[in-house]
Amino acid sequence: MPLETTHPVAEDIAGANQEFLYTLNFGPQHPATHTTLRLILTLDGETVVKAVPDIGYLHSGFEKLGEDLDFNQYVTIVDRMNYISPVANEIAWHHVVEKLLNIEITPRCKYIRTILAELARISDHLLCIGAAALDLGGLTAFLYAFNAREKVYNIMESASGQRFHPSYTRVGGLMADISDDVVNQVRDFVKTFPKVHGDICRLLNRNRIFIDRTKGIGVLSKEDAISYSCSGPVARASGVVRDLRKDEPYLAYKDLSASFKVVCGKGGDCYNRYLVRMGEMQESVKIIAAAVENLPAGAVNVELNDKLTIPDKTATYRSIEGLIQHFELFMWNRRWETPVEELYGANETANGELGFYVVADGSGKAFRARTRPPSFIHFAVFPIMMEGHQLSDVPAILGSLNIIAAELDR
Amino acid sequence: MPFLDTLKAKFAGAFTTSTFRDNTRVLMDAEKTPDVLLPLLKCLKEECGFDFLAELGGIDYLNYPHATDRYCVVYGLTNTATGERVFVKAFTNDPDPELPSVVELWKGADWMEREVYDMYGVRFLGHPDMRRILMPTEFTGHPLRKDYPLRGYGERHNFPTVTRAES
Repeated sequence: MPLETTHPVAEDIAGANQEFLYTLNFGPQHPATHTTLRLILTLDGETVVKAVPDIGYLHSGFEKLGEDLDFNQYVTIVDRMNYISPVANEIAWHHVVEKLLNIEITPRCKYIRTILAELARISDHLLCIGAAALDLGGLTAFLYAFNAREKVYNIMESASGQRFHPSYTRVGGLMADISDDVVNQVRDFVKTFPKVHGDICRLLNRNRIFIDRTKGIGVLSKEDAISYSCSGPVARASGVVRDLRKDEPYLAYKDLSASFKVVCGKGGDCYNRYLVRMGEMQESVKIIAAAVENLPAGAVNVELNDKLTIPDKTATYRSIEGLIQHFELFMWNRRWETPVEELYGANETANGELGFYVVADGSGKAFRARTRPPSFIHFAVFPIMMEGHQLSDVPAILGSLNIIAAELDR
Repeated sequence: MPFLDTLKAKFAGAFTTSTFRDNTRVLMDAEKTPDVLLPLLKCLKEECGFDFLAELGGIDYLNYPHATDRYCVVYGLTNTATGERVFVKAFTNDPDPELPSVVELWKGADWMEREVYDMYGVRFLGHPDMRRILMPTEFTGHPLRKDYPLRGYGERHNFPTVTRAES
């Protein structure tokens, strides 16, 4: 791979062209990269003069598959994009599909999806913070974080039957309604999570080593954050006040907007990104608490008559309408009637704005299913953040960006 | 929408507009795109406040109903102050699909344009680093084009093989 970049950092540093510079290959298989990505670092002693990311090791043609699978089948693929918070991807995907098909989902479905999306956000932030602390030498925070993540997985399992890749949403609703057991588990999580959060705060917030390793490291200015299309915690830590949950309220966020605030930072360094993520988890718990106590009763899927949702087993086996609709939605040449149109929709997921640009050609599947992956966009900023830092700052910055290679390469 | 009036006053005849649900779109005329696209996006960025390039993606309209041009690049712009969005669609065609690069306006376009080049073969003129990003350098096809098969052995016969003796 050629070592040129668009940002010739080397020229700015005096003596950069001298022969004592050496090249270090970092990844694609390296524990500190967490996932499969590769960096080619040009080093002057321990100072990184130039960092060139080389991605694509996990490219598996998700977007091409999106053109072949129908709207419900593709949910299993979007699951595997950001596999740290899979249910958030599903919700984002079906949010766009439902916008395209002009479906207004039921209030109960909106609230359940909101709860799950926020649980996914907490799970994602916990992994990001835990793994970042682990890379910087703090194992305890990692264990606390993963203990809490287990509970989120338990909730996902109770709701959908799958721990890791739930594939829980469907066009116009959900695979199944949640049981009282799930509601109780969510209530329990809301009660116990603040303690975990406090424990992690006490371990890291004023930890000398953690602060030394993160404060002033990987600074991203507000102008750069906007110019580089950053979103989510990365942009908010740099002072960009932008959160789609407030700016373009979707699901139940309109009703719940009084219960949470947008967490922002000013410094734009790794420590600020950590603090923003910690703050967001606190706000997420408030959203979940408000949503679970106001959970509306009623159906979880839109009306059967609308010919949009998969009928449940009883309707399929016991009524002719249900059987016909099931048949219509599963025959490869039938499926949904889509307008010959296209649209973009986005959700605020844990990593930032996860958008889908769906082009429909009238058949029951997408003609084009473009993903706007936040990890891909954030990783492009990495070489700029890395300018002039030490080799040991690579895991700190990588950890603070929360790059998920499956989403990066799709 | 006020920004559409600003655009109409400056670039009359170079584009048409359409809306669907909450998406407002500016569809560029394929012939005028090479000259007008960059000034139009610059006007949107500097005069209308669309300072955030939220999305840049390619589409291949081969065999799409009523499509006249083949390749399309969608620029999804957002106004970070008001939250307004606009989608600018620029079209280009075979045999040499080319568009001006917007990296000078938004640095974030760098990787996204490389991805469009990788997946669709649309070259961005003025891009500082027009290489493949996801596929390996030896790869010859453009996988998201509609005439690229979904199933098959792919390009693996083109890849160089390292034997044990050479390694």
